[in-house]
Amino acid sequence: MSTLLEEPGVVVGAVEERRRTVWSILRERPATLVGLTVLSAFVLIAILAPVIAPSRVHERVGSTFDPPSPGHPLGLDDGGIDILSLLMHGARASLLVGFGSTAIAIFLGSVVGIVAGYFGGRTDMVAMRVTDYFLVIPDVPLMIVIAAIWGQSLWHIILIIGLLLWTWTARVIRAQVKSVRERVYVKRARALGAGHFHTILRHVLPQIEPLIVANIVLTIAVAIFNETALAYLGLSDPSVISWGKMIKNATDASAVSAGAWWAIVPPGVCVALVILSCTLIGQALEDALNPRLRVSFLAARGFRIRRPEQG
Amino acid sequence: MTSLLEVEDLVVRYLVPRGIVGTLARRPKRRVHAVEGVSFSLERGEMLALVGESGCGKTTTAHAILRLVDAEAGSIRLDGEQISRLSHGALRPLRRRMQIIYQDPYESLDPRFRVWRTVEEPLLIHGLGGSKEDRRLRVVTALERVGLTPPDLFLDRYPHELSGGQRQRVAIAAGLVLEPELLVADEPVSMLDVSVRAGVLVLLDRLRDGGLGVLMITHDLSTAAHFADRIAVMYLGRIVEEGPSREVVTNPQHPYTKALMSVVPKPDPRERSRAQILRGETPNPIDVPPGCRFHPRCPVAQDICSMEDPALRAAKQARSPEHVAACLFT
Amino acid sequence: MSDPVLSVADLNVWFDLPHGGTLHAVRGVSFSLAPGERFGLVGESGCGKTTSILALMGLLPPNATVSGTILLEGKDLLVGGESSIRPRRWVDVSMIFQGAMNALNPVKTVGSQIVEPMELHEIAQGADARTRAGELLELVGIPAARADRYPHEFSGGMRQRAAIAMALACEPKVLLADEPTTALDVMVQAQILDLLVSLTTELGLTLALVTHDLPVVAEVCERGAVMYAGEIVEMGTVDALYHSPRHPYTRLLFRAVPDLLGETEVVSIPGVPPRLDRSLEGCPFRPRCDRAFEPCGSVWPELRDVTGGHLAACHLNDPSYAEASS
Repeated sequence: MSTLLEEPGVVVGAVEERRRTVWSILRERPATLVGLTVLSAFVLIAILAPVIAPSRVHERVGSTFDPPSPGHPLGLDDGGIDILSLLMHGARASLLVGFGSTAIAIFLGSVVGIVAGYFGGRTDMVAMRVTDYFLVIPDVPLMIVIAAIWGQSLWHIILIIGLLLWTWTARVIRAQVKSVRERVYVKRARALGAGHFHTILRHVLPQIEPLIVANIVLTIAVAIFNETALAYLGLSDPSVISWGKMIKNATDASAVSAGAWWAIVPPGVCVALVILSCTLIGQALEDALNPRLRVSFLAARGFRIRRPEQG
Repeated sequence: MTSLLEVEDLVVRYLVPRGIVGTLARRPKRRVHAVEGVSFSLERGEMLALVGESGCGKTTTAHAILRLVDAEAGSIRLDGEQISRLSHGALRPLRRRMQIIYQDPYESLDPRFRVWRTVEEPLLIHGLGGSKEDRRLRVVTALERVGLTPPDLFLDRYPHELSGGQRQRVAIAAGLVLEPELLVADEPVSMLDVSVRAGVLVLLDRLRDGGLGVLMITHDLSTAAHFADRIAVMYLGRIVEEGPSREVVTNPQHPYTKALMSVVPKPDPRERSRAQILRGETPNPIDVPPGCRFHPRCPVAQDICSMEDPALRAAKQARSPEHVAACLFT
Repeated sequence: MSDPVLSVADLNVWFDLPHGGTLHAVRGVSFSLAPGERFGLVGESGCGKTTSILALMGLLPPNATVSGTILLEGKDLLVGGESSIRPRRWVDVSMIFQGAMNALNPVKTVGSQIVEPMELHEIAQGADARTRAGELLELVGIPAARADRYPHEFSGGMRQRAAIAMALACEPKVLLADEPTTALDVMVQAQILDLLVSLTTELGLTLALVTHDLPVVAEVCERGAVMYAGEIVEMGTVDALYHSPRHPYTRLLFRAVPDLLGETEVVSIPGVPPRLDRSLEGCPFRPRCDRAFEPCGSVWPELRDVTGGHLAACHLNDPSYAEASS
C-alpha cells in the first residue's frame, strides 16, 4: 500500500501556523514601519552629516541666539553656530553612544543570560548574584567618579552605559532560555549526544533571536536617553557635540530667559523621536513574542445565533 | 551470546529540595525512591514493555539506561559493556547505539528545522556520513524505513505542516539514522489519534526484524499486550511481575497485575469483566511502605506482607518458566 | 424515547477564522438523551465533539456562530442567546471540562470552589452551602473534612473528583463530561468511571461522556454516537456499535484499538480528516473509506435509521444503492 495514501502531507486543521520572523512581525504593524523609517532617517543623517550639514561645528555664522531664518531654519545657538548643523553632527555622537553601549550591553547580557539559563544550578545562581550587584549600582554617581578619575571621554560613556544596561538584557534572556531549555526538542538534541555548544547554537539561539532583537532596539532607546542625561550633567566628553550637550549649552547660556526656544527644543525633539521609534519597534516585537492569550472558550456572551433561513 | 541490554539492581533516587526553612531547621533530607532495585534484560530483536501507573519509575528507569539521569547504584550493560559508570564524555560514542523517541510529537521536533535537517542532525553531531550526498542518502533511507514515502515529499517540510503521526515518524527516522541497536520509546503513541496509533506501533514492531531492541514505556496495557514480546509491570520503583506478554495479561500472578488487568476497559461491551477496583492511589515514592510495597492496597494482604519484602521469582501457577512475580503467595 | 431530558436538533457551529473564511466545526448534529441515560460521544481530535457540548453550555467564543435547537426539559436553551442559557447553566446542565483537575483555582480551598456556584445561582448560602459542599465531597468519595484544603494538596484523581463535585453543586439534570479520565492512570480512571456510573444510578443524573477512548464508552455507556468531521456518522447502542457497525469509520475505529485479550490485528486508518474550512462534497469519510463506491463522492449520506434506533450516515445501508454497493 502506497504510503502516500496513508498519510498525505497535507496541512491538518484549518489554519497553518505562520512562521514568525522578525521581518514578518514588523510588517504586520504599520506603526513599527514608521518607527523603522524614522530611525533609518536619523542613522542616515548621522552618517552623512559631514557632507550634508550646511556649516561646520565650530563655524560661527551669526550672533548669539539668532532666531530662525531662511538661511538657518533652526536659528543659531549661544555661540552663533547653526543649530541644524549641530543637530546633524550631534546625531553622530548620540547614536554612536547609543549603538556602542547597546552592543556592549547586549553582548554581555546575552552571554550571561544564555549561560545562566542554559546551565542552571550553581552557574545560574552565581550569574544572578553578579547581575544583582550590577543592578544596584547607581549610574550617575558612578559616572561622576569615573569622570573624576579617568577623565571625560566618549568611550568612557559608552563603556559605562553598556556595563550598566546589560543586566536587564541578561534577566530577560535568561528567562526565555530557561523555558526553551525545557522544550522536548532541546532535551532530545542532548539525548542524541549533542554538545552544549551545538545545542545552544542550533536550537536555543534561533528561538531567542527575535527576543534579542527586541532587546537591542529597546536598549538603544534607554542608552540614548542615558547619554543625553549624562551629557546634560556635564559628564560627557566636552569636545564632542551631542544632543544632550546642546541642551546643556543652551541652558547654561540661559536660552530660556532669552526666549531662544530653538536652542533647546530641536535636540530634545530629536532624542524623543529616536527613543520613540526604537520603542515602537521593540515593543511590537515583544508583544508579538508573548504567547498571546487565546480566546478562551469561557468568554461567554460573545457567540452569535443564526436563525434558520426562511423558506 | 550476551544480551543487548542488561540492567541489574538499578537504583535511582532524587533529593527533594528542602528550601531555606528546611535547611535552616535542619530537616532531614527526603528522597524520592524513584527506582529501587530494578533488574531485567532485553535481547536483540525483542520488544519489552515497561508498564505501570504514574510514579512507578518506568520513565526514570528508561532515562537512567540512556544515562540522561544518573543512577545511584546498580549496573547497566549495553552489549556486555558497562555504561553506568562512564563519564559523559566517554558516553558520547555510545549514544549512537541507543536512541529515544519521546511522547509528544508536537514538541520533540525543532519547529525551525525542516525534516531533512532534523533527520540529518544526529549524523552531524556524531560526525558520520562523509559528504553531503552521503548524508542525504542516509536521511532518505531513514525516511523510507519509517514509511514516509516518497521521501522527497517530506524532506523540505516544516513540522507544523505534518500531522502528529507523521511527526512521530520523523522523530523515529531521526532516531534510526544512526542505526542504533537499542530504541527506547517513551509513550510513543499516547498523544496521537486513535486511528493513527496502530501505524506507528506496527512500524516499531517491524523495526525489530532488523535486530533492533525496543524498550517501550507505556501505561496502556492493551498496547503493551498486543505489540510487546514481554511485559514488566512496575509499582513504586520495582518490577512486580514480568513475563511473556500474553502470559502476563491472560494469567496475571501478582495481585496488582490482576487488579490492573481487570479494570482495563475493553471495547466489546459484552466483555465487561468484574473489575477489581483498588482503593486509593499509588502512594508517594517518598514514603514507601515497609515490607511489600503493595500491601496497603492489596486485596489479599496478610500480616507477613508488611514485614517481608518479596523478591521476583517464578510464579507457581504460571504457564511459562520466565513468568515471575514478586509476591509471597504466588 | 419518552420525553428526553436533552434534545439537540440540527446543531451547527461556525468559527470565523483570523485571516478570513469560516470553519464549519459542527454540521447538523442531532441527538437526544433519556433521563438517567449514559451516552457516549466518541471521535478523534477535530471531529467537533468538544465544540458540540460547549455549544450546549453556551460557552463558545465570540468568533462562533451557532444555529439549531437545544431543548433542555422541553425549553429552548439557544433561542435567547446568553440570556436564556445563563440562568440554566450549571443549574440544569453542567460540565466537567477537559483537564479540569488542572484548572482548579490554586488559591481557593476546594470547599469554597464548590460553594461558589451555589451562592451565585442562589441555591444555598453561607453555612448551609458549606454543609452541602461537604455532602457533595462525600458523595464523590472525598472526606468532607478536606473541604478546607487547597487543590495542590490533592492527588490527580481526587482533584478530578473535586471537579465532579463542583459540577454537581447546583444539582443539574445533565452532566457533560469532556475527556474526564484521559490524563489519569488506569486504576484511577476505573475509580472515576465507577463514580460516574453510580452517580447516574443514585441521583438519576443524565451523563454525556465525550471521549476519544472507545473502550471507555463501551464500559460505561449504554448508547453512543460516533462523530467524524463535525457530523454524527453513527449512533446506537454500544453493543450494536461494536458488534454490528453500520458505518465503515466505526468499524475501522474499533479495528484500530488494541484489545487487551483479543488477538485480532490492529490496523490504523490511512489518511487524515478533511479540512473543515471548505465545503465538502459527498461523504466526508470517502477518501479514507475501504468500501467507498460510486455515489460516495457526490451524494452526501444523511444520518438515517437503519434498524430500530440504530442510525448511520452511509450509502451502504441505503437499499436503493444495494446493487451498486455489492
